This record gives sequence, C-alpha cells and structure tokens, in this order.
Amino acid sequence: MADTNALYQEVILDHNRKPRNYGTLGNASHRAEGHNPLCGDHLSVSLNLDGDRIDGVAFQGESCAICKASASLMTVTVKGKTRADAEMLIQEFRDMVLGKLDPNGDHHLGRLTVFAGVRDLPTRVKCAILPWHTLHAAFNAVASTSTEAEGDPMHAPIGNA
Amino acid sequence: MKVVAPALQPRLAATFDVDRIRADFPILKLKVGGKPLVYLDNAASSQMPQPVIDRLVRYQTTQHANIHRAVHYLSETATSAYEEARRKLQCFINAREDREVIFTSGTTDAINLVMHGYGRKFIGAGDEVVLTTLEHHSNIVPWQMLAEETGARLRIVPIDDAGDLLIDEYGKLFNERTRFVGVTHVSNALGTVNPIAPMIAFAHARDVPVLIDGAQAVPHMRVDVQDLDCDFYVFSGHKLCGPTGIGVLYGKAALLERMQPFKGGGDMILSVTFEKTTFNTIPYKFEAGTPPIAAAIGLGAAADYLSAIGMDTIAAHERDLLDYATEQIKRMPGVRIIGTAAKKAAVLSFVVDGVHPHDVGTLLNQEGVAVRTGHHCAQPVMQRFKVPATSRASFAFYNSMTEVDALAAGIRKVQKVFS
Repeated sequence: MADTNALYQEVILDHNRKPRNYGTLGNASHRAEGHNPLCGDHLSVSLNLDGDRIDGVAFQGESCAICKASASLMTVTVKGKTRADAEMLIQEFRDMVLGKLDPNGDHHLGRLTVFAGVRDLPTRVKCAILPWHTLHAAFNAVASTSTEAEGDPMHAPIGNA
Repeated sequence: MKVVAPALQPRLAATFDVDRIRADFPILKLKVGGKPLVYLDNAASSQMPQPVIDRLVRYQTTQHANIHRAVHYLSETATSAYEEARRKLQCFINAREDREVIFTSGTTDAINLVMHGYGRKFIGAGDEVVLTTLEHHSNIVPWQMLAEETGARLRIVPIDDAGDLLIDEYGKLFNERTRFVGVTHVSNALGTVNPIAPMIAFAHARDVPVLIDGAQAVPHMRVDVQDLDCDFYVFSGHKLCGPTGIGVLYGKAALLERMQPFKGGGDMILSVTFEKTTFNTIPYKFEAGTPPIAAAIGLGAAADYLSAIGMDTIAAHERDLLDYATEQIKRMPGVRIIGTAAKKAAVLSFVVDGVHPHDVGTLLNQEGVAVRTGHHCAQPVMQRFKVPATSRASFAFYNSMTEVDALAAGIRKVQKVFS
C-alpha cells in the first residue's frame, strides 16, 4: 500500500494551491503542449533559452494536484540551469517515479524527491511525469506530447530527438 | 444565520439484511491499507458471491470438457450445464425462447456482433442510426466504424442539465432514413434511467429496431425483454456478480435469423466444404469457437443467486442507498453532483470544487474507499457537463449505509487535505 500521506504533503499541496511560474512566456523560444487523455490533464510549457541556459520557463493548464505541483516544482528547479542539466533531471525524475532510482541515493533531484511516493501508485505516475515530458518535447521542438499511444515518450531514452 | 440541518438517518428496509448478504461475499472482508474495504465501483465490475465461486470450482473440478462435440460423459455434462445456464439467463430476462440468448464475451462484444451481423447487412449509405449522448463508448464506436465503412450517419439525442434525454428531440431525429436505434437503459456515468419503453414503442411505430445497452440496468432492476419489446438487449456477466469474459446478447429470434454471422469457425456451422459452408441455427450461428463455458455456467449461478434475493428487493435497497448518499453529498458545501435525473439507478457522480477527481480517488483509496475516477468511457457526457472527469460512487445491493457514511467522511477528508 502506497503511503499516500507522504505524497499529499505540504510541499505538493502548496505548489498546487500557489503554482510558481504559472502562465505563458510572451518571448518563448520553445513551447509544447502535453496531454494525458486518460484523465484529461492538459498543460503547456513555454521556455526561453539564452544560448544553452534556461532564461525563463512557465507552464499553465488544467490538471490534478500531482501534475500541477510537479510542473510548478519543475519550473523552479530548471530555471537558470543549462539544457543538459535539465535533460539530466528529466531522466532522473522519470527514473525515480518509475522506481528505478533510489530517492535516498545519488542524484540531483533535491526536494523533487517529494514525488518519490508516486512510484507506488502506477495510475498516477503519468500525472507526475507529464510536465517533464512536455519540457522535453519543448526542447526538441515537438509541438505536443501525450502520455498515451505513439506519443508516449515514457520508454524512449531522454536526449536530443 | 447558520441553519443546522437535522442529522440524516438512513432509511432501512425491514426485510433486507445487508449483513447476511455481505457474508456471502468473501472479498468484502478485505482490508485496504488497514481500513475496511468500501467497494463503491460496482458500475465498473461487481464482486462475486461464494455460491458463484463454488459453482465455478465444481465445474472445473468435476464437469469440464468441450461442449457440443464429443459423446463422452464429461462433454455431455459440460454441454448440459452450459445449455442450462442459457435457460437460466433466458428466465432472468424473460426471453421467449432460450435460442434468443447468445453468449458473448461481454456487452462490447454483443454490440459489435449486432453491428456486424445486422448493421453491415441492413444499414447502408445515407441511412441513419440514432444514439444518445449518454452512451458508453462501446455503444458509440462500433456504430462510428459502421458509418465510416458504409456512409451511414449517426444522429445523437441530446440531454438536459439534469442528465435526462430530451425526448422531443429523440422524436425529431426520426426520418425516412432512420434504420436503427441504440440506447443505454441506464447511464454508466450519471445513473440516469432512460424511458426506454416509450422510446422502443416510438421506433417500432416507424419499423425501426432498437438495441438496449443493459450493462448498467440488469444488475439493479427487473428486466423483462418481452415486456419492453426491445429487439436486442445486451449486458455483461461481471457487472452481475458473475465472471469476466461472459455477456449476453438477447435478440428476437426472427431478427437473429436474418442476420449474418459475426465470427466464423467451429460450432457455428452445420457443414463445411471448400465450396460452401452452411451456418448453424441460432444461437450457435453466433457462438463460433469454444465459448467461455465456465464463465457462462458461473453467470447462470449468479442469475440464480440474484433471483433468490429478488431483483425488486435489490432495487429497493439500492434506492435507499442512493437516496441516502445523495442527501449526504447534497449537504456538503463544495461538492457538486453531476447527473440529477428524476429517475436514477445506483450511480452517484460528483466533483469536489478545486480538487481533481484523480486526487479525490487517490485520497479516498487511502480511506479504503474504492470509487472510479475519470471519464467513465463516456466522454460525450463529460463534454456536455464541461468537466474533464468525475468521481463516481456506484452501489450494489451488498453495500451498506455505513459504507455511504465512509464515503461522505472520505470526501470531507479530501476537502480538509486541500483546504
């Protein structure tokens, strides 16, 4: 049984209530839309790359608390980082929620480990991962991504498309 | 001024001992995360009572062989049990003849059978099929596939804000090209009980056959297909305390005989040469290959079990459950019931302000309460109510008033977490 008490903790509830970097960037160099057709989650990520560095990043959309908090914390974490660092975080985050990365081991996720409990809730993994896949799609100039069907990047390696 | 409503008291049917019923269902003794299981996802699939489990075990341990084939003891025993199950289902829905009961793998399979067997033979370019906004995807997609293939058109009966069909609009959709009507008896997403008897009569007055999707009705009320006079009636075993992988297509014999087979193979033929195959008579014409014998026999046992309790008794208890749950939830600020039709069965769909249904579902699960969250395979209904998804509590006769209280307490807890 998943410890969902640990999942719906204050950090996640706070980012759900007051999402950071919520909106859309007018001067975005990259954008993408993400969909989860199973639950209707839908969000857009826009970002501005200054050379290789993420100068600005924002998201907006309709989703469950897990997805929204994941998106909010994602924007806070990747802002100011290089694209390569962000891609590494996408990979690590995905590995963590799929149970392939030990949240207590070596990684660069910091407080993103609040989402570690999702690994015990298979139906909610895609909620947490959607913002990260959308960010990945934006980097690679893919207009939209989905958690389902051919659009599902869940099992493809993270890297340049 | 704050008005304090009097505490709600559940209405209890004096003749119905839910604790005795619950004792028949081993799975209801489960604990989930240390809390007693409160199973309110019966519209998705119901649980199985011990007599049905015992029947499956008896079949597999003492009666199994292939049916309609060999002359040995086991084959004859299995065949006889399988055909007896068909007669049990015939009685359960009051079909005129046992050959009007076709075993399918479920409701979806049954609808696809009618689409292929009737639709592809009798519905052509420019012809129209009338469906409703309340249909499950399984009564939409096969007809879309037919329309795509033949050039037929789908016409959709709209619903009002309560989730009731607009019956005047239903009438207006008919014209000289109307060839078929498909309508759900009870909406799986909202619980609306549709006025199918007058809808069937209206269609018959224009010589249009009607298929009723009874997946959400048969477990909750007495269904009499002769009284309804529907042409096809379909339902699933696993929503009826039976096994998965089995369902029923009832069809009027005269119509079934005119239809073309759906699947080809063994058992559905009288003779085969490479030049010509002669198809078997109904029901076998539509039961190609080895059927799910055990599942059919299990479903027969489930029909016996439900009949012994009585469908009217079941309907009365579920009415009490639904009324009590509706009253409880109506009193909760920030919770909105989706689907408020005058006549409903066993389904309570709701949304909690500011909380996505998937979060509601995960947090209720933490309390041991199993509900369905999502679009319920009825996206047109969700679009009509402008919600991406709902949470759905759906009841069975083995649910108790205490479990309704657990649902209400769980929703209050969800609101507290998100406050």
